[in-house]
Amino acid sequence: MSKYLVNLKVNNIPVTVEEGTTILDAARKLNFHIPTLCYHEDLTVAGNCRVCLVEVAGSRSLAASCATPVSEGMEVLTNSKNVRSARKNVVELLLSEHNADCTKCFKNGHCELQTLSSEYQIGQHLFIDLVKTKDKIVDISSPSIAKDDSKCIRCQRCVRTCSELQAVGALAVINKGDHQRISTFLNKPLSEVVCTNCGQCINRCPTGALTERSYIEEVWDAINDPSKHVVVETAPAVRVALGEDLGFEAGERVTGKMVAALRHLGFDSILDTDFTADLTILEEGTELLTRLKKALVDKDEKVSLPMFTSCSPGWIKFIEHMFPEYLPNLSTCKSPQQMFGALAKTYYAQKKNINPKNMVCVSIMPCTAKKFEAGRPELRDSGYQDVDYVLTTRELAMMIKQAGIDFMKLEDMEYDSIMGESTGAAVIFGASGGVMEAALRTAYEIISGRDVPFTNLNIVPVRGMEGVKEAKVMLKDVKPEWGFLEGVEVSIAIAHGLANAKKVVESIKNGTANYHFVEIMGCPGGCIGGGGQPIPTSPEIRQKRADAIYAEDEGLPLRKSHENPEVQYLYKEFLGEPLGHRSHDLLHTHYKPRKRY
Amino acid sequence: MSSTETLVKDLVSKYGKSRNSLMPVLQGIVQEERYLSEEAMIFIAKELDLSAADVYGTASFYTFLDTVPRGKNIIRVCKTISCHMTGKDLIIETLEDILKVKVGQTTHDKNFTLLTANCLGWCHKGPVMLINDEVYPELTPSRTTEIVEEYMKNATH
Amino acid sequence: METKVIKKVDTIFDVVECNYIQVLEKTLAKTADEIILDIIDSGLKGRGGAGFPTGLKWKFTKNEENAVKYVICNADEGEPGTFKDREILDRVPEKVFTGMAICGYAIGAKEGYIYLRGEYNFLKQDLQMKIDLFNSQLADRDFDFKVFLRSGSGAYICGEESALFDSMEGLRGEPRNKPPYPTVAGYNLKPTAINNVETLVYVTMICRMGPESFKALGTKDSRGSKVFSVSGDTPTPGIYELELGMPLNQFVDEFGDGDTKAVQVGGASGHCVPRKKYNDTIIGFEGIPTGGSMMIFNSTRSMYNVLHDYLEFFTEESCGQCTPCRVGCQQLLKGIEAVKKGDKKPSYLEDLKKLAATMKIASKCGLGQSVSNPFNSIVDNFREEIIY
Repeated sequence: MSKYLVNLKVNNIPVTVEEGTTILDAARKLNFHIPTLCYHEDLTVAGNCRVCLVEVAGSRSLAASCATPVSEGMEVLTNSKNVRSARKNVVELLLSEHNADCTKCFKNGHCELQTLSSEYQIGQHLFIDLVKTKDKIVDISSPSIAKDDSKCIRCQRCVRTCSELQAVGALAVINKGDHQRISTFLNKPLSEVVCTNCGQCINRCPTGALTERSYIEEVWDAINDPSKHVVVETAPAVRVALGEDLGFEAGERVTGKMVAALRHLGFDSILDTDFTADLTILEEGTELLTRLKKALVDKDEKVSLPMFTSCSPGWIKFIEHMFPEYLPNLSTCKSPQQMFGALAKTYYAQKKNINPKNMVCVSIMPCTAKKFEAGRPELRDSGYQDVDYVLTTRELAMMIKQAGIDFMKLEDMEYDSIMGESTGAAVIFGASGGVMEAALRTAYEIISGRDVPFTNLNIVPVRGMEGVKEAKVMLKDVKPEWGFLEGVEVSIAIAHGLANAKKVVESIKNGTANYHFVEIMGCPGGCIGGGGQPIPTSPEIRQKRADAIYAEDEGLPLRKSHENPEVQYLYKEFLGEPLGHRSHDLLHTHYKPRKRY
Repeated sequence: MSSTETLVKDLVSKYGKSRNSLMPVLQGIVQEERYLSEEAMIFIAKELDLSAADVYGTASFYTFLDTVPRGKNIIRVCKTISCHMTGKDLIIETLEDILKVKVGQTTHDKNFTLLTANCLGWCHKGPVMLINDEVYPELTPSRTTEIVEEYMKNATH
Repeated sequence: METKVIKKVDTIFDVVECNYIQVLEKTLAKTADEIILDIIDSGLKGRGGAGFPTGLKWKFTKNEENAVKYVICNADEGEPGTFKDREILDRVPEKVFTGMAICGYAIGAKEGYIYLRGEYNFLKQDLQMKIDLFNSQLADRDFDFKVFLRSGSGAYICGEESALFDSMEGLRGEPRNKPPYPTVAGYNLKPTAINNVETLVYVTMICRMGPESFKALGTKDSRGSKVFSVSGDTPTPGIYELELGMPLNQFVDEFGDGDTKAVQVGGASGHCVPRKKYNDTIIGFEGIPTGGSMMIFNSTRSMYNVLHDYLEFFTEESCGQCTPCRVGCQQLLKGIEAVKKGDKKPSYLEDLKKLAATMKIASKCGLGQSVSNPFNSIVDNFREEIIY
């Protein structure tokens, strides 16, 4: 539908935009920057912080530019005397209810309120200090997220994130007036409510009110302890985002530099979660084929289809809380992080002659839920806690800065073997649709002996940022041993962001959808948009990271998981076969229902 | 099924499962149970497909939708300007004396909770208080005592 | 400027003469456009305080194309010093229902809701009975309109129209961004005509007697009469229907106790007028508009206490979502306390006035925007009382 065009002036400069455009966007078109706090591209408009105020000729009051649509002939001033003075007052008010212990704050240097305060040169505090909760203990009940109400400026980005993007609703605005704040059901600790630890709220918090639980010091201690062998693994999505925190533009691939930096930091073995991503494909693909066989050949009615992927710990906790009746549909595969941990302390330790007791396994993840996952009691099959510490992409960047490493000038380095090799199929795990694409590349070839029928192995229908993607793959001319799949049209779906996940599960529940295999990632865009990724995140930034992921894939010599030579070696030397006895012990698990409310 | 769960189900079947019925449902619970217990809010969230935090956040916005236990009779003394001018302080003192509680507290026998409220809309007849839904304007200390004693009498019968 | 001598009228509470069913039948014989024209012609402006022309509001709502529209009667009377709507709903509720039905007919709505504040729950039972009777009377005449009763639960801000919609939709009563206005997207995001209780009664009266008789009272900018809630230091507190456009000095002569030092016109969010300005103050849209609250203070009252009460009220009753209102109210309150105690210099009052000015232009809704009215008018006129 074609839209009407509207003519207006911003700071006396004419501009023409589509009807329905906000003043904020019209001003941006002219490169006038209007500061914002409660506004976020991923979320509905709130218009409550009042930082983005502008003057509209003929109006007695100022308009929130994020929430006000343009109209014909409108004349807008973004920097008038009234605007400046009101905006400064608003920032001063926010500071008066904000615990500004900036030098001690995890977000120091990355705080939007701090930036505004410095832009407006707010020196002496004009108003009376109102922070009521300064002495209250920060909620660190969750191993993933720290919530400090004294830093909160009530912009409600977290609340909208939790309900709109994630359909979780763990956070809510409570009370009114001077008692209004952001809290949980009956103010319970985060660890006791439906929070999935996805960290999307952290990604959108403008201040230090919501941050990841940081384990940087613990990791430094391990590195500095000569009795410890510190193994580090890096998730696929980290390599396309880390650069953003270290001087690069969004979308820069920094795999080699990251490996080099990890070496400089002093890690003993630098390995890749991509290795276990490839391994996941073999285990999970086999599991899917086994389930299909049970359903189609054995007519086993108890087999749970569709099968859901199980890589995303935010999604796992979500299904435990919201749809426990679908837990049997989850693939029993552990996530790549946890497969890695279990193998590091068994296979790798054995091969490299390291006592697993002295091994510390650190993982670098785009994710905060991984911190929770690492601590799950289910995930100690190596005889130890399989993964000891999980750092976010942001925390790794911080360590690199602390170590004084000039990241941008680093020479690329290579991962160590025997758990450092990976294929393009593993890299794309980082983007929504990637696990599905990797699985199809392998499964199709196993079944038919041919490449997937997509140009250059790029299964385009499963890529992209659409919330729910669906596709069908017809199986023809299959190998004799897979004869039962001849003519079967495999129906698949992909969802990212838990609100979309909810939609998919509900459509399965009410019978409107029928799939064999469903990939679900807890975060919008998949892991590239994870809660542990550099801030800010936006649709544009997520797209750039995704583009980088697919470019990385295309540039690798091996692009199918089953071709990974180190994975082949692993099966030969240690595991035997997919879903074999040892795999079962080390690489698979089950989850339990949790209370929804 | 607990009595609270039955009550929630009854209210939801009366008002419907849409979000628009949240206020009448919350009000119905408070009418019967005087406050919204954790259990009640969980049932409501389940029935209306909302998050429990959302139900709590909404309830806590409204002064009359208490989320902490309250007595059988809730006394709300208007504290706004006109009632201030006509002596609400004295009325509160009187009530604190009779009930042996401070504002915000509930008597040991759980019969009364003493609260203050913003403007109750009786500015020409202050001081005024509500006991549950009943309104008592033009209060004096002795009148206040009489009224409360009447409620106490009813409670013992 | 045209000024009116104070004149008590009795159209609102008069029950003998108004057969509402007759009024309804007579009015519904007209076309919707004719009714809207009558209301526009009468010059009736909203009686809740904001004073938007009622006829125009209806016209805008009528012009929206939508199968579902709503009439809402705003009975969330919470402004300190106002109690007229309670009295109206207690004594002449049928006139309110009739106004709602007329509005529904005019704009094309089939449902009307009364949002009654929780503080008035004691009215509910009786009101519901009368609504049921009224609805059956409409049904008997094959008129497709129904009145429903909904309740608030103690939140002043829900008197703000978009907060009221939120509350009816089961949300926290947080005012919305505007545009869109209620006439376009109100309750359930449908076109909605939301009117104050008193406005709807005047609609009924205008339809009964014609716009001319309404226009005969008041001034050019403030047509008709209005119900005033008189409280404070007065020998005769209560509810009075008075002609609009009266000068404040006459009001004080009529209702004061001989020692009136200030009148708060328009409730806590209104203006405080000191003695020296009585002669120059007109009560009406050309002067100081009011939802009806007239609070009288004599010389025994501390204006610091008055302002403190108001600010405490706003601090608690702000919805809390927007920065200027949530934090601004607290700062004004703590600020005058600090000045009083000597923790802040008297010159801090200038910073606070500047803050109040920011709140006026930067707040999301009328609550935060109007806090500067009492603040500035009290601080400017009674500065000594605030400091010492």
